[in-house]
Amino acid sequence: MDDLLQEFIAETRETLEALSGEIVAWEADPTDRARLDAIFRFVHTVKGSCGFLDLPRLARLSHAAEDVLAAVRDGARVPGTALVNAVLAIVDRIGEIVEAIDAGTALDDSSEDLLVAALAEDAQPAVTVHAASPMRTNSRSVRLNVDLLDRMMSGMSEMVLARNELARRLRDEQVDPLVEAALERLSLTVAEMRDTVTRTRMQKIDALFSALPRMVRDTAGELNRQVVLSVEGADVELDREMIELMRDPLVHIIRNAVDHGIESPAERRAAGKPEAGRLIVSARQSGNQIMIEVADDGRGIDVERLIEKARAQKLYTPAVLAGMDHAERLDLIFHAGLSSRDTVTAISGRGVGMDVVRANIEQIGGRVHLINQPGKGLTIVIHVPLTLSIMSTIVVGVGGQRFAIARQSVDEILRVRGEAVRIDTIGDAEVATVRGRRLPLVSLGGVLGIANLDERTLAIVSTRDGEYALAIDHVIDTEELVVKPAAPAVMATGLYAGQTLPDSGLPMLLLDGSGIAAVAGLRFQRVVTGEEEAAAEPREEQVPALLFEDLDGQRRVLPLAAIDRVEPVSTDAIRLTGGQLRLAIDGHLVPLYSAVDIGDRIEVPVLRLTDGVSEIAYAIHEPIEIVLLPTEVAPPRGAGPIAGVVIIAGEQVELLDAHALFAGERRADDGERLCWLQTDGTGWMETFLRPMLEASGYRCVSRPPADKQADVALVMDDVAVAPDSARTVVRLRRERSATGGDPSIYRYDRPALLDALASAVGAGGGR
Amino acid sequence: MDLFLIAHIAGRGVAIDTTQVDSVVDIAEVIAVPRTDAAVRGLVALRSRVVTVIDTGTALGLPPMPDTARRAVITRLDGHHYAILVDSLEDVALFDRRPLSSGLALDRGWAAVGTGLVEREGEPMLIVDLAALVPQQALAA
Repeated sequence: MDDLLQEFIAETRETLEALSGEIVAWEADPTDRARLDAIFRFVHTVKGSCGFLDLPRLARLSHAAEDVLAAVRDGARVPGTALVNAVLAIVDRIGEIVEAIDAGTALDDSSEDLLVAALAEDAQPAVTVHAASPMRTNSRSVRLNVDLLDRMMSGMSEMVLARNELARRLRDEQVDPLVEAALERLSLTVAEMRDTVTRTRMQKIDALFSALPRMVRDTAGELNRQVVLSVEGADVELDREMIELMRDPLVHIIRNAVDHGIESPAERRAAGKPEAGRLIVSARQSGNQIMIEVADDGRGIDVERLIEKARAQKLYTPAVLAGMDHAERLDLIFHAGLSSRDTVTAISGRGVGMDVVRANIEQIGGRVHLINQPGKGLTIVIHVPLTLSIMSTIVVGVGGQRFAIARQSVDEILRVRGEAVRIDTIGDAEVATVRGRRLPLVSLGGVLGIANLDERTLAIVSTRDGEYALAIDHVIDTEELVVKPAAPAVMATGLYAGQTLPDSGLPMLLLDGSGIAAVAGLRFQRVVTGEEEAAAEPREEQVPALLFEDLDGQRRVLPLAAIDRVEPVSTDAIRLTGGQLRLAIDGHLVPLYSAVDIGDRIEVPVLRLTDGVSEIAYAIHEPIEIVLLPTEVAPPRGAGPIAGVVIIAGEQVELLDAHALFAGERRADDGERLCWLQTDGTGWMETFLRPMLEASGYRCVSRPPADKQADVALVMDDVAVAPDSARTVVRLRRERSATGGDPSIYRYDRPALLDALASAVGAGGGR
Repeated sequence: MDLFLIAHIAGRGVAIDTTQVDSVVDIAEVIAVPRTDAAVRGLVALRSRVVTVIDTGTALGLPPMPDTARRAVITRLDGHHYAILVDSLEDVALFDRRPLSSGLALDRGWAAVGTGLVEREGEPMLIVDLAALVPQQALAA
């Protein structure tokens, strides 16, 4: 608010100075329309700002003057000397109050009623009480041309570099301590100056974002929408001028999102979304770019409709339209005259279109990128360069080489030793657990191909898509650096955001956090809709499973169907007999498995697993809770009783392979029947069906057997099956209930599935 | 007549158009750039500027220059400065620019960088285009 007030004061003062000539001229010739308009605009602006800044006295004065001047403009009043005097008295008073606000002094308001009264038509010429011109404080703000700031900034950059070079040269020689002291002082001054100069140009993007809540509220109100706005990254700093240039495009994009993107509450309800739409506006610095993202969870862009309209308006020939790829089709939204809505509303129909938005952004060297999810929302990402980049960086060392990384992208630096960090290998990927949060781990040396690593430190790097832990040898320093773009061949690696020359005199590369994630092959799930929504609608395909902590500290999960019960047993009952750990329980022996040695505890919880025929026990540390098993299972690498990796509550959890446990127990008999699981790539059949089937005496393969025909093929309903590879086919469906005479079997209907298989095999085997 | 800088690259005498030459220097310690084009030896500081060092041998498809190579010709391309490593430098002189003799088959990278010939005391020398030695990536959209 203080910023705004200062701006208001500066602006009013400046206008008043410019206006003083007009006032004199108007006084000489009250009928001069141009002068009248100038004064009217002034009081009108003051009135507008006052309402916003909560300055009631100024508001009252300017409002009164505006009314009278409006009447004059309409011809309702004739500007006489009395009126001119009264208006001028008010303009003067506005100037006095503004000075008083700036100086922080009180100003007597007793005469203001008189001033307002003097505007009345029948007013007696008021005696203008012209108080002795109040103490005018020395102006504390100056308006500067941005060009001047630019020149100041580039001069500053050169100065920093020159100082660095001087320091470097002096370091190589024996110098007089006095010279060193002088250099030290110079360094301090330069550093201070640099901060100051940088600040002159930088402004928190909050200046751009602070007006959004009100705007979204008003726009949503006009359109009967419910919108929940969340703003993130408001403290990212951006070039002042850039902020001004971004204002209009951003306003337009947001209005568009509320108007065209987010549906009416009724429509949203019908589509199964919460009534209130979500709008997320976020800013983030990435290397020397700022990314501003506007994400909504509305209907997205109807690309087909766009194409239809482009065809109707004959913007492109049908052949060209047909030849467009998805991105090009989506890009049609930026074509002048194409808006995916048929009706233009008062909100987004006004002002500029998306074509102008893009033109404006490209003009400042930015880019606009769309992520369209029809029916689910649209995300507009704006990249704008941070042209003048003195960047705050962290210098890290890896294998004898140094790199800088933008401080802004590093959330935290941790030593690997200690309680806070744990590193696990899940499948073939490394994962760091930091205070319960699992993050993918990327070795910087590994990505860069640097040898002789001693990666004992983790930098938690946040990118636009997600966070990951970057393993480095050590942190060397933090440094403010002038970053410049590197040569195209260097930038083409995608790993670097630029190059810089630090005080050491040796060039250094600035790492690009997102680029490293991309090169390392990390893929983050982007979810615009809230997590609470996902939790509220459990997918019916999910099966319940037990999440537990295993003896080796890993969290693992096992479908409940495989677990007979969980019970604590005395470790005395567990003995290594006949080459196998066995548990003596209820008068018989049960083979027992444990991930690691049970250790010297007295009691241990065991999972009693059964496949209906045989029984085994699995020792664990402790059960945690019953969860719904996601259908997405990442396949494991390597051997071991792990069927795959699933995500539960955002954490990676290993899915225990009950089949592998039982398979160790059963000896395959010769009478086994060959079952071909025609997998659909989700791994469901492999991880869910296979253990159950194998336990029931079917031998399962996931490829059509080459040497002989399979006894039965299992397929999901939507998959076609090659006719000759299996004697019979059993189809499974995802839905619990069948649609009209469908012979398929619900995939969790275990008895029906086994029956179908038995009869299918029996029928085939009868030949 | 144009002004050419006579240099030795990979044991051969070449002529470099002096309009391409910013300066001639002995470079300091080179900082490697992992994962970039093989022809990029690294970065080096030159006054208050960072310069990309080009291993001329690799750029020509020949064996890389020795690690001790220090002498370089600085050229400027698209706003970036490059240090093109050379074996040695001779002098600067005026020569007539002649076209490549027809039927002349240049091997490996030479074909891409040779733009003509000059003749010094009867000895023909290839005019090398420094810009062609700099690895360029197709500008990603």
